[in-house]
Amino acid sequence: MDWVNAVVQGTLLGGLYALFAAGLSLIFGVMRLVNIAHGDFIVLGAYLGLSVTTLLGLHPLVALLLVVPAMALIGYVLQRGILNQTLGKDILPPLLVTFGLSVIIQNGLLEVYSADPQKMNAGALETASVPLGGLSLGVLPVLTFGIAVAVIASLQWMFYSTALGRAFRATSDNQEIAQLMGLNRRHIFGLAMALALGVTAIAGILLGIRTSFDPSIGGGRLIFGFEAVIIGGLGNLWGTLIGGVILGVAQTIGAKIDPGWQLLAGHIVFLAILAVRPNGLFPRINE
Amino acid sequence: MSTSDLQVTRKSPVTTVAAILGLIVLITLVAAPYWAGRADMRLMGEIFLYLALASLWNLMAGYAGLVSVGQQAYVGFGGYMLFALTMFGGLHPIGAIAVAGVLGAVIALPVAFLIFRLRGAYFAIGTWVIAEVFRLSFAQVSALGGGSGSSLPVGIVRSLASSRAGREHLSYWLALASAVIVIAAVYFFMRSRSGLALMAIRDNEMAAGSLGIEIWRTKFIVYIVTSALTAMIGALIFLQKLRISPDAAFSVNDWTAFVIFIVVIGGIGTIEGPIIGTLVFFLLRETLADLGTIYLMVLGVVAIVLMLKAPKGIWGLIRSRFDLELFPLSYRVKPNKPLRKC
Repeated sequence: MDWVNAVVQGTLLGGLYALFAAGLSLIFGVMRLVNIAHGDFIVLGAYLGLSVTTLLGLHPLVALLLVVPAMALIGYVLQRGILNQTLGKDILPPLLVTFGLSVIIQNGLLEVYSADPQKMNAGALETASVPLGGLSLGVLPVLTFGIAVAVIASLQWMFYSTALGRAFRATSDNQEIAQLMGLNRRHIFGLAMALALGVTAIAGILLGIRTSFDPSIGGGRLIFGFEAVIIGGLGNLWGTLIGGVILGVAQTIGAKIDPGWQLLAGHIVFLAILAVRPNGLFPRINE
Repeated sequence: MSTSDLQVTRKSPVTTVAAILGLIVLITLVAAPYWAGRADMRLMGEIFLYLALASLWNLMAGYAGLVSVGQQAYVGFGGYMLFALTMFGGLHPIGAIAVAGVLGAVIALPVAFLIFRLRGAYFAIGTWVIAEVFRLSFAQVSALGGGSGSSLPVGIVRSLASSRAGREHLSYWLALASAVIVIAAVYFFMRSRSGLALMAIRDNEMAAGSLGIEIWRTKFIVYIVTSALTAMIGALIFLQKLRISPDAAFSVNDWTAFVIFIVVIGGIGTIEGPIIGTLVFFLLRETLADLGTIYLMVLGVVAIVLMLKAPKGIWGLIRSRFDLELFPLSYRVKPNKPLRKC
């Protein structure tokens, strides 16, 4: 039963990792940009949530109503102001600029919030659980997983059934022709980054309710998201969810064997999948 | 005018002057223990080690297009190998540094096979995963102090030189030698056939491939050699620090972020760039270090602005304005005799 429990908890944890990954997957799909600062944006989302909850006394989940638009705005401005200038054939500028951003965000957070670990207070939600066939499921992990499925389903729907999604796919396929057809790709990229950081804000707040966080943990979150994207296969959103689940299960099973092995087990499963299936389990984009 | 009147050469008056000046600077630096104070020598040692790391990262990113954010994997690996080989293998520290380099190359082989499956930016994050795996693995080794790390035993430190001054001089010279060897290695590599292939790949990968250059193999060799040398630098760094822990050994800030800033500020894809970048970086650090985190934010802003406005860095600006080159790498056409009208 312990092992079943580990698998179930790992699956639910995978929902959070899929949320880490969804934004990364989205912007890579639309503009082939890999944002090294992605993890730091997750942490920024958590800190913005912390500020809103402490200043306004709101519940963290209600704070989403403020933090998601704020992060989306940051994303749009960032994309139009800086990141659009880095896009092109050379992969170095976007990489190094987002790397610089990562250092700026991380140290900015250190300056404002100090290095002390923080946590958001979500009241009874944190400890509530429901019994299910001998297992005890935390309400928060179940909720997180549900939100992850909902976010990915709506991203999927947006991508394939709306005008905005069509614009995303068109610019992704061929920027020049999309531009000729009257799409402003700078604006489209701005919207994609806004959407990605909106999702990142959700991930950040759920992270901040689940565990304590400090400014230095961004890199680790980036890596989890990245691993979920690669395991699932580039450009496949549902694959990303499965990738997150595989990573989460690997970690909880690793932790079950030896607490020191939690993170290592996740990385090893990732490297093993990379060795066997370099394009991930369900690839859609061949870069 | 026939073609025999023309000569294709890499040399120019500037490179000759630069070589002479470089030699004078080098001799002065070798003699530093006779004119510099203890604190200055410590700082200069650190500068040389960063210069070596930056030149290596530049070789990978600037010339081979392999952008890694995980070179701390090899810095930390080298450091840990120094500790393990001296403490449990009974090796002399200098022998351990050499062996750490060999082991760095050996461990880089399987790593390269795995992460070379990832392209571009995903390659970068893949290198970071590898560094994390190294960090978590060494944190599991209780003989090396596990997560809290360990110190180099006094006996091993004494085996370098019996007096404190002797040890300080030796570690200064080792650091200087590592920077000189790395820069010389990059220089001679770039002048060789493989270097030419590398520059061709950098300029246009598809064209280089169609001319028969083995792209994968060239990049693979660069990765292995860089990793081995980085592991040796790592061993040297922790020979100076005398204490190692997983977090310090595999710090992404110390061994990768700073190094990337140095190369970007100085000018990526040139040998001169990392030298200038290192000097600017330490100048900034010595003047702004009191600002703590603000200093790092300033560095980040400087790197972003440079990447957007002057992607070739400070040296790129100088080079485009004055057509200067201190290391004779690119070819120029020069007349043998003064040109007459034909």
